Parts: sequence; structure tokens; C-alpha cells
Amino acid sequence: MTVVLDALTVAAVVIGALFFMAGTVGLLRFPDALTRLHALTKVDNLGLGFIVAGLLLQTGELLVALKLAGVWLFVQLSAGIVAQLVAQAIVQSRRRS
Amino acid sequence: MMSFTFDTAAALLIVAMGGWIVIVPDVTRAVIGFIVYGLMLTIVWVRLSAVDVALTEAAIGGGLTGMLLINAAGRLRSARPVLRTDAPVRFIAALLCAAVSVSLAAVIFMLPSPAPSLAPLAVENLQQTGLGNPVAAVLFAYRALDTLLEKVVLLLALLSVWSLATVGFWPGLPGLRPPALAGSTLDFLARHLPPYGIIFGVYMCWNGASEPGGAFQGGTVIAAMWLLVMIAGMRRVPSIDEAWLRRSLVAGPAIFVVIGFAGMMVAGSFLAYPPDHAKLLIVVIEVALTLSIAAVLGLLAAGPPVPESRP
Amino acid sequence: MTDFLVLAACFVMAMVALGLIGIAVRGPGVDLILAVQLIGSGGTAILLLLAVATETPPIIDVALMLALLAAFAAVAFVASMPGATGGKVEVADDSRP
Repeated sequence: MTVVLDALTVAAVVIGALFFMAGTVGLLRFPDALTRLHALTKVDNLGLGFIVAGLLLQTGELLVALKLAGVWLFVQLSAGIVAQLVAQAIVQSRRRS
Repeated sequence: MMSFTFDTAAALLIVAMGGWIVIVPDVTRAVIGFIVYGLMLTIVWVRLSAVDVALTEAAIGGGLTGMLLINAAGRLRSARPVLRTDAPVRFIAALLCAAVSVSLAAVIFMLPSPAPSLAPLAVENLQQTGLGNPVAAVLFAYRALDTLLEKVVLLLALLSVWSLATVGFWPGLPGLRPPALAGSTLDFLARHLPPYGIIFGVYMCWNGASEPGGAFQGGTVIAAMWLLVMIAGMRRVPSIDEAWLRRSLVAGPAIFVVIGFAGMMVAGSFLAYPPDHAKLLIVVIEVALTLSIAAVLGLLAAGPPVPESRP
Repeated sequence: MTDFLVLAACFVMAMVALGLIGIAVRGPGVDLILAVQLIGSGGTAILLLLAVATETPPIIDVALMLALLAAFAAVAFVASMPGATGGKVEVADDSRP
């Protein structure tokens, strides 16, 4: 049983890490501030989600699992909203220049 | 083995970031770099098993000092530089800083192998305080006087900031003004984030007695939430002479001092606690301090009073 | 498993470092704030991986603190930008009724 859980964790964390890599590649290669913001927030959040999913399988206690899920939910909410704010700031600064 | 790789990589990254912040010519970039550096340092503290310090680093070094520096950089943008330092001066300064770092590293390496430490003693006497977190015990039981004086220093810092008020506008509104940007998005964030932030701040304060956390971390989170609400314009910035504000600022240190003097009568010396009620008193102090720290840090970041017409 | 999780944390840190180098090299611009977003989600992932790897639940609190304050720092930066005291932005917003 633990072998199966371990294998699933490894798979999920690897996928998550690959998403982080994709996010960084997007950050480095996309041509434009808005597209880079897109790559950063969406892809990195997805990577974090996979990593949290993998880690959830490793914890034994309910409270710790709830906390992990809570952190992920919170990052989703805040990163999403902050991304909107930053995007509006970018658009505004373009409009001024 | 893997941990060693991680630690080495983290150390190299930190040093590289530090170097970049010093070299980069543009103030705004340096400030952002400093915020990122503070948040990265959090990870380093975690690796050093200093979780309480990591919490404080993320809160203060990342968030609050970040905001202070961002505001300062914003003001510098419109000001003309008065003092110019040339490359030789900066080089010598960098050399001296590097010398300090190298000396510190050398001292650490020269320590005897089980380095002298008071940590075992601190943990041994934990039961008498009723606390579960040795850091809280050090802050509030063994070295309570230092903690009290730190809070007074915070108030003095706030007074120094207030003393920069524009002449003729005392008392006034601190310079934090809500920008008229992004109406609905910022509103949304300021409505939905603070409840969770405040719960987390209260959790930090409450949990600090037995797990990493404490009044300082909790107070900083609450200050950040208050600042967010003020930045979004959901609550007006209070004038610095409002009674509730002044009482909140003073409440923490005042209660601390009162308990200290009570300790003189009940338990024998200033800031001594009667053995059965130690934990209760410490929790009372922590709650009062959380409120005061939130108020002080929020006002420090809000800035000195300025006339209303200035943007 | 512990070694694997620390390795994953190393990898995510390397991705964050690469992203930061990319942002640093690019020069002054409004997308500097992306660095704070990057360390916010990347740092959270690293801390969560370390928390489960070392079996230290309080590190999850640190991850939450990091996410919270990174969002706050981003908001503070956006609010301080020179154009921020201008008028409201008329961005096409499908979510508004």
C-alpha cells in the first residue's frame, strides 16, 4: 500500500516540478510582460497544485492534510487576484507611455 | 547528501542575490530584489531549524520592510540625489562588508565542536513556564525585559516617523493614500483576503505558546491586512491623534509593564511570574502585544502625517 | 522519499533561480513584480516539500505566511507605481455584468 502511495507521490511531484519548469521557460521566452505574467501565475500554480496533491498522500494526520489543502487554496485565490492587479498595472503603464 | 546539495544551492543563491542588489544601479529594482531576498531568506532560516525566525523574516523582511522600502523608493524617484558615491568608495564599502562576513564565517567555523549553547537549559526549564515553545519561553520568561524594551523601541521608532510630519500639519493623516487604480480587483482582494489574514494572525499569536509563532508574527500579519484595507480605500486612514489608535499603541507595553510590576509584589522581582499562572499571564501579554504591534507596524508603514492635498 | 522530496525542492529552487536571473537580466520594467510572484509560489512549493520531507508541520505555517506576504508585497508595489493615482482603467472586463 505504501509503495503505491509513494509511487503516486513521486509521479505527482514530478509532474508538478515539470510544470514549474514550463512556467520558468515561459517566463524567460515569452515576448511580452502580460504573456509572461500568464505563464508565471497559471503554470506555477498548477505545478504547486500537483505538488500539494502528491504531498497529501504522504501525510498521516488529517490536520496536516487540511493545512496543505488550505495553503494551496489560499495561493490559488491570492495569486489569481494579484495577477489581475499586476495585469491592470501593466496595461495602465503602457497606456501612459 | 541531498540536503547538503539543497543547502549549498540555497546559500549560493542568497549570496548571488545579495551581490546583485548591491550592484544594480536602479533603486526600484534593488527594492524588489530585497523583497525577494527576504522571502528567500525565509527558506534558509527553515533549513537552520529556526522556524520562528523564518516566520518573522517572511512577515517583516518580506512584507513590511518591503512596503517601507517601496514607499521610500517612490519618494526618491522624484527627489534629486544629494550624495553621489563614486565607484572607489563603493568598492571599499563592499570590501569592508565582505570582510565582516568572512570574519563571522571564520568565527563560526572556529567554534568547538559541540558549540556552547544555552538551548538545553532553555528546554529543561520549559515546564515551569507552562509553555511548549522554547522561543516563547526565552522571549517572555527568561528574557522578558528585552522583549518589553523592544516594544518600547518600536514606539520610539513610530514617534521618529511621526516627527517627520510636515510643519503645521500636526496631528494629521499619515501619507498613505488609496490609489484610484483597479477599482474592482483591489476591492475584491481587500474584502476577501483580510478575514483569512486576521484569522491567521490570531492563530499565529495563539499558537506561539506551544508551536512556532507568537505575538510578533501575528501582529505583523494583522498589520499587513490593515494596510491592505487602507490601500484599497475601504477604511480611511486614521488621524494620528485618534484616541482608540493611541490606546492600542500603548496597550501592549503598558500591560506588559503592569504585569511586570505586579510580579514584583507577587513573585519577588520585576517580570517574575507566579508559577501557577505563568502561562496565563504570558498569553495575556502576547494578546495585548499583538494588538500593539499590529497598530505600530501599520502606522510605521503608513508614514508621517502629510497635508491632504499632496498625492 | 525524503531524499526525493528534497531533490524536488532543489529542482523547484533551481527553476525559481533561473526565472529570477531572467527577470534581473531583462532590465527595468513593470514586470519586476513578477519576481515577487515567482518567489511566492515557488517558495511555497519548496517549503511544503521541505515540511513533508523533514516531517515538521510548522513549516506549513511558514509557507502560508510566505504566500500571504508575497501577495501583500505585490499589492504594495502596484499601489506605489507612478500611474496608480490616475483614473480607473477601462479594461474589457467580461466578469462584470
